[in-house]
Amino acid sequence: MSVTFAIIAVLTVASAVAVMTLRNLVHCALSLMLTFVGLAALYLQLNAQFVGFAQILVYVGAVAILIVFAILLTRGVEPPEQKIFSSSSMGGLAVAVAVFAVLAATIGSSSVLHAVLQPSHEVSVRQIGEQLMTRYVLPLEVVGLLLTAALIGAVIIAMRDEEGK
Amino acid sequence: MLFAIGFAGAVSRRNAIIVLIGIELMLNAANLNFIAFWRFGPNPQSLTGIMFVIFSIGVAAAEAAVGLALILAIYRQYKTTNVDQIDSMKG
Repeated sequence: MSVTFAIIAVLTVASAVAVMTLRNLVHCALSLMLTFVGLAALYLQLNAQFVGFAQILVYVGAVAILIVFAILLTRGVEPPEQKIFSSSSMGGLAVAVAVFAVLAATIGSSSVLHAVLQPSHEVSVRQIGEQLMTRYVLPLEVVGLLLTAALIGAVIIAMRDEEGK
Repeated sequence: MLFAIGFAGAVSRRNAIIVLIGIELMLNAANLNFIAFWRFGPNPQSLTGIMFVIFSIGVAAAEAAVGLALILAIYRQYKTTNVDQIDSMKG
């Protein structure tokens, strides 16, 4: 296990924990960005360059900005000092710990752990594009349709009470 | 090393109680596991892991947009984003 990996993993996990525990929502969004950047760095380290850059573009660029917008739009009326956890947080925490135990056991018993590491294999964007246009055409079209539907749906939901007046 | 990666992914999964952000983190953890198992798995020449993650990122983006729009609509209705106070469908 390399030192770089350890640093990035610790950073990612720490900022993910910070996202869930910080009180200020803007701080949460910022540490969420840090988590996404850490994940992108992990992807790059795992030799998945395209996914790493897509992660930066989509998550750090779009999703984080969207979340910041939502936070800013829904702020103001609420009193800042409340308890930050929902009333059922203890049950949720227990379920989370149980799920984590199951996942850890499954991953720990996976046969991949003992497999020989394959030689590093560069995946070019060209290969990804060829695969997308040949073998994965149908999923690509479905994702395009889904994104269009989500775009229209989000606009309609967010504009609903303009219509209602 | 792989175990630690899975650990990182699964730990981010912890505590995803209320917020949409938790869902995003869970999706990211799953993506990380896809990439890790693809890289260390028996067949990294096939691009299955990468393809799955790309589609998953697309779906996650759509889901985030719709979810935040729903939160905005609910906020206009109830003037709050606290999930404990939105209980008008409680029996």
